[in-house]
Amino acid sequence: MITALELGLIYAIVALGVYLTFRILNFPDLTVDGSFTSGAATAAILIVNEVNPFLATAAAFVVGALAGLITGLLHTKGNINGLLAGILTMIGLYSINLRIMGGANIPLLGEDTVITALRQIAGTGWTSVLVLVAVALVFKLILDWFLHTDAGLALQATGDNEQMIRSFAVSTDRMKIMGLMLSNGLVGLAGAVVAQHQGFADIGMGIGLILVGLASVIVGQAIFGTRVVIQATLAVVLGAVIYRLAIQFALNAGLNPNDMKLMSALLVIAALLLPQWKGFRKIASWRKGRSALDAAAEATLTSDAKLPAKKVG
Amino acid sequence: MLNVAEVSKTFFPGTVNERRALINVNLQLAAGDFVTVIGSNGAGKSTVLNTVAGRIIQDSGSVSLDGRDVSKLKEHQRAAQVGRVFQDPMAGTSPNLTIEENLALADRRGRRRGLALGVSKAKRERFAEELKVLELGLENRLKTKVGLLSGGQRQALSLLMATFSQPKVLLLDEHTAALDPQRAELVTRLTVKVVQEQELTTLMVTHNMAQALEVGNRLIMMHEGRIILDVSEQEKAKLTPEDLLAEFAKIKGAALDDKTLLQ
Repeated sequence: MITALELGLIYAIVALGVYLTFRILNFPDLTVDGSFTSGAATAAILIVNEVNPFLATAAAFVVGALAGLITGLLHTKGNINGLLAGILTMIGLYSINLRIMGGANIPLLGEDTVITALRQIAGTGWTSVLVLVAVALVFKLILDWFLHTDAGLALQATGDNEQMIRSFAVSTDRMKIMGLMLSNGLVGLAGAVVAQHQGFADIGMGIGLILVGLASVIVGQAIFGTRVVIQATLAVVLGAVIYRLAIQFALNAGLNPNDMKLMSALLVIAALLLPQWKGFRKIASWRKGRSALDAAAEATLTSDAKLPAKKVG
Repeated sequence: MLNVAEVSKTFFPGTVNERRALINVNLQLAAGDFVTVIGSNGAGKSTVLNTVAGRIIQDSGSVSLDGRDVSKLKEHQRAAQVGRVFQDPMAGTSPNLTIEENLALADRRGRRRGLALGVSKAKRERFAEELKVLELGLENRLKTKVGLLSGGQRQALSLLMATFSQPKVLLLDEHTAALDPQRAELVTRLTVKVVQEQELTTLMVTHNMAQALEVGNRLIMMHEGRIILDVSEQEKAKLTPEDLLAEFAKIKGAALDDKTLLQ
């Protein structure tokens, strides 16, 4: 239970990143599958080389942001479809991540990590959960604040009405690149923390991550609403925790870990289908819902389709 | 202020759908000119506006603003000096942002967008003050999402936003066409008021002959990519919608004659 809560709170950072692209920019970004592992790989290799773990985690943010930059450039300057640009970066990162790690796996046992630092001050009980709650809320608040700055409003408008914001002298290309960098930076950072939490970085740890992010965003927002940004980001954080608890529940019920990807997919499908029924429908159509939901369905499909292929590779 | 020189634009060149939208168009606007543009569908009215805005890049010719050649600038770069209101009331505002947030976006036109809070207390008071001009009570609904407003309210807001930071040129693309007559009247009145107060150089496309004659100090008529009539303020005062319609009929007839002759 405590582990599930801790993981949920760490994955909340992933969910905030996915929220930024998927909801704010209206851009289903598959780069995250790669940038998550990149962040983990970067932090892991730095930590085993005796770099301060907090510094290593910050470096993971930078590497993640670079991955976002590549997708952004491919999409805006290269006119490549957003989904495809994300997939291209993600696939390319697979090789890069192997290069960074010099292998498929880096164990972090016995190393000083941000998690060992957490254990020193807060142990393994509820105190550590509270610390992570605070950390997740700090990220949420920073994102809330950013989205209400001049730059953040321009970013929101870019996802909302490109023609309009361009007519107010904003480069939508630059905004999209910025959003993708920020999003993948957060995801990379979360990857670094997850690696330190589980005690190793692994080449396969990012597979299906987009689904985890989407599930958190969609489940959270279906339950807690999206009326204003502050509420939406809180919903996303809570969604990540609920998702992790649901997975834990499924594991306790006797499903084995290999079934989890299917569970994730079913959870997202349920969260996408349920709102189409009855009273849900009116609310859903009010949010710019339709197109975003379709994109989600598309992203879900693509993400699923690529799973077997990647496992073989 | 605005100088469109020898601008030509052909859509889908070299295909069966080839269409010459603009043919050597020349148009000069002095500072403070308020020009209405009329013409039948496909005459090139919107293309002229889009060429000035940089949304469409001309094949040849140049566009300069205030003496500076902007032909090579991208849409968002030109937008620092060009305000626009679109025909579609949905197009000019960001529906998921609030009224005050939309105004904050408009307020930063042409300036750096950094990490300062978009809507501060001081700005909010200023926005409320500006909104009173619209007489729609929007100043009391600053935190309402724009998506919840009616078309007329949005179009009035778009107009305010487009003129917020005194653009050098204001482009209005049939911005009252999608509204009911009452709202259209309101938006037209606001347009005239704002343009006069700020002495904006304005280019307004309209389908409404009466409106084209009523507002502005100059009228041009376009047909098949050319400006075929340029009426000054004095002449315009004497014209009636019937005169304009007669002019249209004359051109249509002439065009037909040309074709007949060519065959």
